[in-house]
Amino acid sequence: MDLAVIWFLLIAVLWTGYFVLEGFDFGVGMLFPILGKGRDADDTEKRRRVLLNTIGPVWDGNEVWVLTAGGATFAAFPHWYATLFSGFYLPLLLILVALIVRNMGFDYRGKRDNAAWKANWDKAIIIGSFLPALLWGVALTNIVRGVPIDQNMEYTGNLVTLLNPIGLLGGLVFVALFLTHGAYFVALKTDGPIRADARALATKTGLVAAGLAVILLLVLGISKGSVWSWLTTAIAAVALLFSIWANTKSNEGQAFAGTAVTIGAAVATYFFLLYPNVMPSSTDDAFSLTIHNASSTDYTLKIMTIAALVFTPIVLAYQAWTYWVFRKRIRVEHLPAAQDPGHVPVGTR
Amino acid sequence: MDALDLARWQFAITTVYHFLFVPITIGMSAIVAYFHIQWVRTHNPDYLRLTKFFGKLFTINFALGLVTGIVQEFQFGMNWSDYSRFVGDIFGAPLAFEALLAFFLESTFLGLWIFGWGKLPEKLHALTMLAVHIGTVLSAYFILAANSFMQNPVGYKYNPTTGRAEMTDFLAVLTNKVQLVTFPHVITSAYMVGGAMVMGVSVWLMRRSRPAADNSLYRRSARVGAIVTLIASLGVIFSGDLQGKIMTEVQPMKMAAAEALYETSDTCAPFSVFTIGTPDGTKEKFSIKVPCVLGFMATGSLDKPVEGINPLREQLIAKYGSDSSALVKDATYTPYIPVTYWSFRFMMGLGFVTMAAAAAVLWSTRKGGTPRGKWWSLVIFGAPLAPVFANSFGWIFTEMGRQPWLVNGLMTTATGVSPSVSSAEVWISMIVYTLLYAALAVVEIKLYTDYIKKGADPFEQPKSPDQMTDDTELQFAY
Repeated sequence: MDLAVIWFLLIAVLWTGYFVLEGFDFGVGMLFPILGKGRDADDTEKRRRVLLNTIGPVWDGNEVWVLTAGGATFAAFPHWYATLFSGFYLPLLLILVALIVRNMGFDYRGKRDNAAWKANWDKAIIIGSFLPALLWGVALTNIVRGVPIDQNMEYTGNLVTLLNPIGLLGGLVFVALFLTHGAYFVALKTDGPIRADARALATKTGLVAAGLAVILLLVLGISKGSVWSWLTTAIAAVALLFSIWANTKSNEGQAFAGTAVTIGAAVATYFFLLYPNVMPSSTDDAFSLTIHNASSTDYTLKIMTIAALVFTPIVLAYQAWTYWVFRKRIRVEHLPAAQDPGHVPVGTR
Repeated sequence: MDALDLARWQFAITTVYHFLFVPITIGMSAIVAYFHIQWVRTHNPDYLRLTKFFGKLFTINFALGLVTGIVQEFQFGMNWSDYSRFVGDIFGAPLAFEALLAFFLESTFLGLWIFGWGKLPEKLHALTMLAVHIGTVLSAYFILAANSFMQNPVGYKYNPTTGRAEMTDFLAVLTNKVQLVTFPHVITSAYMVGGAMVMGVSVWLMRRSRPAADNSLYRRSARVGAIVTLIASLGVIFSGDLQGKIMTEVQPMKMAAAEALYETSDTCAPFSVFTIGTPDGTKEKFSIKVPCVLGFMATGSLDKPVEGINPLREQLIAKYGSDSSALVKDATYTPYIPVTYWSFRFMMGLGFVTMAAAAAVLWSTRKGGTPRGKWWSLVIFGAPLAPVFANSFGWIFTEMGRQPWLVNGLMTTATGVSPSVSSAEVWISMIVYTLLYAALAVVEIKLYTDYIKKGADPFEQPKSPDQMTDDTELQFAY
């Protein structure tokens, strides 16, 4: 296997890492208005703080996976990076703005104890989690389907080109899948009423995700499928159904692992459908960006391969350790008093 | 404005804005790590209070540096796709290394540090902030290596078949001689920023001293900040001096543009501190000059001349031809002189002002003294901001001084822009970024100043992980 193909695989691994990890924090963000809705204002606030604190220590590390996927695509497939990022200009702008306001929300929400302040950041978190989940789905599904690309590797479509029914279906599948994955994560990381609510909700969103995903993968597979893509499609479907079953049996760890496998198998399916292209052209097959015409030199790929082999296991090890450090379930009773710069501690005035 | 001008403005706005927060992050992570390690070593309550107080300010600032950094990673492909195609084989690798070695380290360990109270043993906890700091320094190294390639391309060959620059020696890219002087310059200037930030905040709180007993707490941090600033500024001067010599060697036009030196000088070229010229900048009307300083800055000796813009321009036209895409402003291979001339002076001037402020703080806080008098407000508000803006001007100088090149001698800025992105699209993104960044700045500054006004929380003995039961409140939560 040559280095460019190995890097095609490694890019798939990076996107898998991104969606498995950031997928659940997108889900938790989107669940703010549902699982974060309590009996009264006080209960609602406590539930939202519990949700926020399940992902508080880890969301930032999760998000680095997409920066690494972007940087690695730049280094290993400069043409893929250039065509995709300049071509999908406005959707990527929307994703970036959404990630910015969401991340600011995670960091700033708890820094003032003020209802209006928190309500505004809640909106940023909810919309900022929903939009990227949807738009990554739309973007990646369109890449797999093929988009208009000319002989100079330039995208010739516009924003509306991407908003076709199958692209949008891809977006909805991502949203439903991340909602389920996020709900399992909440069930795994919390205790009390919010845990029970998360489990009940996950079964419903899981069934919706399974239904939509089957339609999407069949539509994509019938036109482009190979033995391998059908195999990973089957794995994705089985893992998703297993997760729903495990959830109804109150086995939250298994349920979460199930959606993680589903996401990994779905990314694998997308990459099998792409192979040997990285960005097929719907204008003319001859204009498609392929693994080999879009890649860097063997010299660069070799250096990148060594770096990936040495450092990815180290990153995985310390990220896994982080999850171990913060392994305890959180209940509303665990929440300390809210912080606020206006609350001057006794004895300092 | 066409798509090219807009893309340049957008890159300038988003990058200068991003880099307001970067040096604060690099500098303050080092100082917070120092306070935290001192707490673990001495168990002096002051150090824990300072760790938590400046750690809070650090995280408020880090958030903005992080979110604006995501835009940077995507912007090369979004707005500069032809540049990305041309240099991706070389330029992409340091970016990927930065994400893999630095971003993961910073982000993961900052999460551990923020939420680690009561979860991590105290020694390990203090080290997590050190890991964050190491991450910021590694990040600076890789991104500066990428930038240094644009100033002085090395370790590559041009492949006419693929029509792009291809890497032949990664080690040469990482040890570019421009990089070896730029990295220490940027890192020490970031320590100046971090030091001056801690110093300014501390002097303000020291003068307020509420309660009076906290005067000594803030004196301690004020002096740490001032010492860091002062030592770092020596590093900035030393590395900047080396940079001048390398710049004269690899980008003589940029050195000439720094001085607006049109004709080659005699030996012992003077440095003008201040000049009033004609509006097009080609004739001077009034100038204050210091003899020999430019000559020494550029060449390291008193008896070599410094080449001027006009002869350099002739050389460049002879070498590269009069390709229309390389023609900028006055139809030559020349950067826009008023910007290079003044940004160079503002960079140095603000740096020296910061250095003087640090010396003044050290002097006035000696033997238990507290800085009194109205003019200290200038130091309090000016000292943290001056080195931040000195950084901005330094970047504006070095990037504008490279024009019209995107990669020096290899690719012009005009040829790097994305052909498939319309000016309407760049207008939209530029307006969105500008408004969003402005709004975030307002929110950030208000939050930052409110937490400064609150001051350090009173000392509370932290709980260790083995004191935490299943029912204990979290020691930190959002």
